[in-house]
Amino acid sequence: MAVDPVCGMEVKEDEAAATSVYKGKTYYFCAPGCKKKFDEHPEAYLKAPEPSEEEKKETVHAGEAPDRSAGKGTETAKDRIDLPVVGMSCASCASTIQRGLGGLAGVEKASVNFANSKATVFYEPKLVKPEDLIRSIRQSGYDVGTASIAIPVQGMECASCVQSVEKALLGTRGVTKAAANLATEKVRVEYIPSEINIREIKKVIEGAGYKVLEIPHDEEMRDVERIVREKEYKALKRKFFIGLILALTIFLGSSTHWLPFIPGILSNFYVLWALATPVQFWIGRQFYKGAWGAFKHRNADMNTLIAVGTSAAYFYSVAATVFPSFFASAGVEPKVYFDTSAVIIVLILFGRLLEAKAKGQTSEAIRKLVGLQPKTARVIREGGELDIPVEEVVVGDLVVVRPGEKIPVDGMVKEGKSSVDESMITGESIPARKKSGDEVIGATINKTGSFRFEATKVGKDTALAQIIKLVQDAQGSKAPIQRLADIIAGYFVPIVISIALVSFVVWFNFGPQPALTFALLNFVAVMIIACPCALGLATPTAVMVGTGKGAEYGILIKGGESLEIAHKIDTIVFDKTGTLTKGEPEVTDILPLGSLSADAILRFAGSAEKASEHPLGEAILKKAEERKIDLIDPVDFNAVEGHGIEAHVEGRSILLGNKRLMGDRGVEVGDMEDKAVRLATEGKTPIYIAVDGKLSGLVAVADTLKENSPQAVQKLKNLGLQVIMLTGDNKKTAAAIAEKAGIERVISEVLPEDKVLEIKRLQSGGKKVAMVGDGINDAPALAQADIGIAIGSGTDVAVEASDITLIRDDLDGVVSAIDLSKKTIKTIKQNLFWAFFYNTAGIPVAAGILYPFFGILLNPMLASAAMAFSSVSVVSNSLRLRRIKLGGREER
Amino acid sequence: MEKLFVTLGGLILIFLVNWYFLFSKGKIKRAAMGNNQVQEITVKVKGGYDPDVIVVKKGIPVRLNFYRDETADCSEIIVFEEWDIRKPLPAFKTTPVEFTPQKEGEYAFGCAMGMLKGKLIVS
Repeated sequence: MAVDPVCGMEVKEDEAAATSVYKGKTYYFCAPGCKKKFDEHPEAYLKAPEPSEEEKKETVHAGEAPDRSAGKGTETAKDRIDLPVVGMSCASCASTIQRGLGGLAGVEKASVNFANSKATVFYEPKLVKPEDLIRSIRQSGYDVGTASIAIPVQGMECASCVQSVEKALLGTRGVTKAAANLATEKVRVEYIPSEINIREIKKVIEGAGYKVLEIPHDEEMRDVERIVREKEYKALKRKFFIGLILALTIFLGSSTHWLPFIPGILSNFYVLWALATPVQFWIGRQFYKGAWGAFKHRNADMNTLIAVGTSAAYFYSVAATVFPSFFASAGVEPKVYFDTSAVIIVLILFGRLLEAKAKGQTSEAIRKLVGLQPKTARVIREGGELDIPVEEVVVGDLVVVRPGEKIPVDGMVKEGKSSVDESMITGESIPARKKSGDEVIGATINKTGSFRFEATKVGKDTALAQIIKLVQDAQGSKAPIQRLADIIAGYFVPIVISIALVSFVVWFNFGPQPALTFALLNFVAVMIIACPCALGLATPTAVMVGTGKGAEYGILIKGGESLEIAHKIDTIVFDKTGTLTKGEPEVTDILPLGSLSADAILRFAGSAEKASEHPLGEAILKKAEERKIDLIDPVDFNAVEGHGIEAHVEGRSILLGNKRLMGDRGVEVGDMEDKAVRLATEGKTPIYIAVDGKLSGLVAVADTLKENSPQAVQKLKNLGLQVIMLTGDNKKTAAAIAEKAGIERVISEVLPEDKVLEIKRLQSGGKKVAMVGDGINDAPALAQADIGIAIGSGTDVAVEASDITLIRDDLDGVVSAIDLSKKTIKTIKQNLFWAFFYNTAGIPVAAGILYPFFGILLNPMLASAAMAFSSVSVVSNSLRLRRIKLGGREER
Repeated sequence: MEKLFVTLGGLILIFLVNWYFLFSKGKIKRAAMGNNQVQEITVKVKGGYDPDVIVVKKGIPVRLNFYRDETADCSEIIVFEEWDIRKPLPAFKTTPVEFTPQKEGEYAFGCAMGMLKGKLIVS
C-alpha cells in the first residue's frame, strides 16, 4: 500500500489512478488531480530531505541558465519535452515507459500519461538528449510519434556546414534528430509535429545561413520511378514488335519442310543466322544484362536461365552453320535452332509486356489514394482568408471550405453545416451530414454548404496519409503461405541448371540418335520452363490487389498475415455496446396512462430533463428534439441520486424516475409495474413519470441495435462462423439484445478487464477467434484475439491493437473484411497451384521423362509459351480481385 | 570416350554452378562509423547487393543506405528476417534501413523471394 504524497490517502499500487516518477522513485496517486499538483511542485509534497550534492549543483545551475523550459515549478533549469507516445494500451504501459525514462542518467522527472498518450520529461540537456529519451521509449516497446522529412538545402559545401546545420536544428525544440548529407544536399529531420512544424524547421535552417529549396511532394519523388518504367515499357513494346517480325520470318524459314511455299532463300543457314543475331543480342540484351548483373553478385535468376538457354540454342546453331563438315564427320546432321532461340526470346518478352501492364494495375489503389491528396487549403490567417499549400497548415488553423471543394486536412467543424461525400475514405456512398462539433476527414469532398473547421491532424497524421502508409505497408508484406515458395525460389535456379545439365548428360549418353540434338533441346526446354517468375508473383500481387480493394471499402488490413489468419477464423466475438448497438441510449417506448398524449409526456419529461446531465435524460431530450417538441426551462430542479429527478414545468410538479422514487413520493404505480417488468426483460430501462403526484406514463430507454446488426450477424453465420456476444450487462439485458441481433451465444456480466480472459478461453478450446470492438476500450481483447477488428475508427486509423481497422461504424464492414480475406487467400492458393504446376510439373516433362513411355517431348518454344503464360495468368488471376463483390455491400 | 567426357563435364559444371551460386563468399565491407554514433554504409542494388557481405559492430545502431539502381522487380523489397524488416526500395532512390544488432553472428538479408542474397556479419 502506497501513500498519495499530495492528499495522504492510502493507494494500492496497482489500482492507482496515476503515477509519477520523481528522482527514480515512483509515487502513486488517488486521482489525476493529485498527480498534477505533485508534478508541478514535487518537492513541496515530499518531506524536504537534505539536498544532495547533485541538487545543490542544480540550484546553482538554475541561477545561471536562462529559463528555456516550458516546465513549471522547481525544474526551471531543466529542459522539458512532451513526447507523444504511440502504442500504449493500458495504464501499466505508462509505468513501464516511466521506469525506463526515469532510469536514464540526466532525467530529472518523467511522467507518462496514458490518457493523452504523452510522456513529459524534465531533463538535463547536457547529460541526456531527446534522442536518448526516444530510444528509451522505443526500447520499452513503444514508439514516439515523430515525423521525418528530407529537406533540400542549398549552400552546404563543406563538412563544417553540415555540422552547423545539424547543430542549429538539434538545438531547436521539437527536433529529435537531424542528419545533413553533403552528397544529396539534403537534411533529414526527425521532429515532433506537436512541438514544431515544417515552416519553423525551414526558418531554423535559413537562420543558420542556408537556403531551403522547395520540399518535393512524395508523389513527385515516386514519379522518377514511374517515368523510367514507362520509358522501359515503351522500349519493350517496340522491341517486341520488331522481334515478332524477325522471329516469324525465322520460324517460317525453318519450317520449309512442311511449308513448301516459303522461298528457299529463307531457309539458308546464313540468312537465318543474320536474322537471329539482332533478336539474340539486341532484343534479348536485357536478359544478358540482367544475368550478368546477377552473376557478378553470385546470384542466378530467370535472366540467367533465359540467357543460358537461348545462348545454347543460338551458339550450337552458329557452329552448325559455320562448321557443318565437323558435325557431318561426327555423324550428326548439321541442323540449326535459330527459330528456337528467337521465338523463346520474343515470347518471353511478350509475357513481360503483359505482366508489366497487369502489374501496373495492382498498385492502382495506392495511386488513387495518393491522387486524393489535396494541394491547397484556405485558412484564416491574420484576420483574412489565405490560400496556402496544404503542407503549411498547422494544427489549430481555422480552415474555410466552400461547396464543391476538397477538405484539405482532418479537423472538427466549428461553424456552418454541410453534407460531405466521404466515399473515397470510408466507402460509404451516402454523403454524411456535418454540423458544428463533427469530425471531417481530409480529402473528402464538401457537397452543399460552406463551413469552417479547426485542423486537428495535418501532414503525416491525417487519416489519408495514414491509410496510404498502412496500405503501402500491407502491400509490401507477405502472407505466411508464401514462405515455402520463397524457400524454394532461393535455391531454384542453381538446381534447375543442375537438372538441365543432368538431362543433357543423360540424353547424350542414353538417348536415341541424334543424341546431341535431343540433349540440347531438352536442356533448353528445362531452362526455359523453370523460370520462377510466376512463383514470385503469386502471393504479392494478390495481397496488393486485396488490400487495395479493402481500402476502397474503408477496410484497412495490416498485412498478408492478417489476411491469411482472417480467412481461417471460425468464431467471431462482438463487443456489445457501441459495436452491435449504437452505444447511446434511445427512447424506445412511451406508454401514456390516462389523459396525457405521448407527446405531452415527452414534453414534460424533456423539459424536466433539460437541466439533467444523465445519459438517460439526454436520450429523452434527444427524442423530444427529434419530434420537434418545444421544451420549457424547468424550475426547482432536483436530481435524486440513483433514483431520478424532480422539477416544476409550467407550474406542474414533475417526477421522473424508478419505482422507488415513486414509492418515496407516495405515487401509486399500480398495473404499470407489470409493463415496467416486461420492458426490463427486453433489456430496456423503464422510467415512471408522475405529473402533480399522479402516475401519467412510462418511458423506456435502451441502447438499441444498429440497424444493420441483425443482417450482418446473419451473413456471418452464413459464412459458417459462430457468432458470440460479449458484454458487461446482466444476463437478462444481454439475452434480450442478443435475441434481437440473432446471436445465440452470449457471454454476459464480463468485467472489461476480463474480456481478454474470455477470448483466451475460447482460443484454448481450439477456436480461431476474431474480436470486433472499438480500438480503445477493447484494445487488449483485440490484441489477444487471432484477428482484432477495430470498428468505427474514424480518422484514428492507426489502431495498434487491431489487425483490421474499419473506418466506418458499420458491421457490414466486418462481413466484407472476412469475405475479402477468404477471396484473397483463395486467389493466392490458385496462383500458387498454377505457379507450382508450371514449374514443378513442367520440369520433368521438359527433361523428357515422358519420352520413354509416351514419346512426348516438350518443344522449347512451347516451354517458353507456357512460361510466359504462367506469369500472365497469375497476375490476371490476382487482378480479378478488383472486380469482386464483397459480402454485405452492393457493388459501387 | 565421348560420353565419359560429357558426363564428367556435366558433373563439373553442376558442381561449379552450385558452389558459385549457393556457397561462395562475396565482397566484404565494413560499415563506417559516422557522426551521430551510427555505423553507416551505402549498398548499391542492381541484380544483387554491392557490397553483399557487410560487417558491423554489435550494440551500435546500423544504417544501411540502399540505393536501388534499377527497376527490375526482383530487388524491389529488402528483407531482414532477424529484425523483422521488410521495406520497399523505390527505384533510383536511397532508402535507409535502420536497426541495432544486439547479438553476434551472421544474418542473411535479401529480396522478398530470397533470390538476391546478402549477409550481415555482426562482430
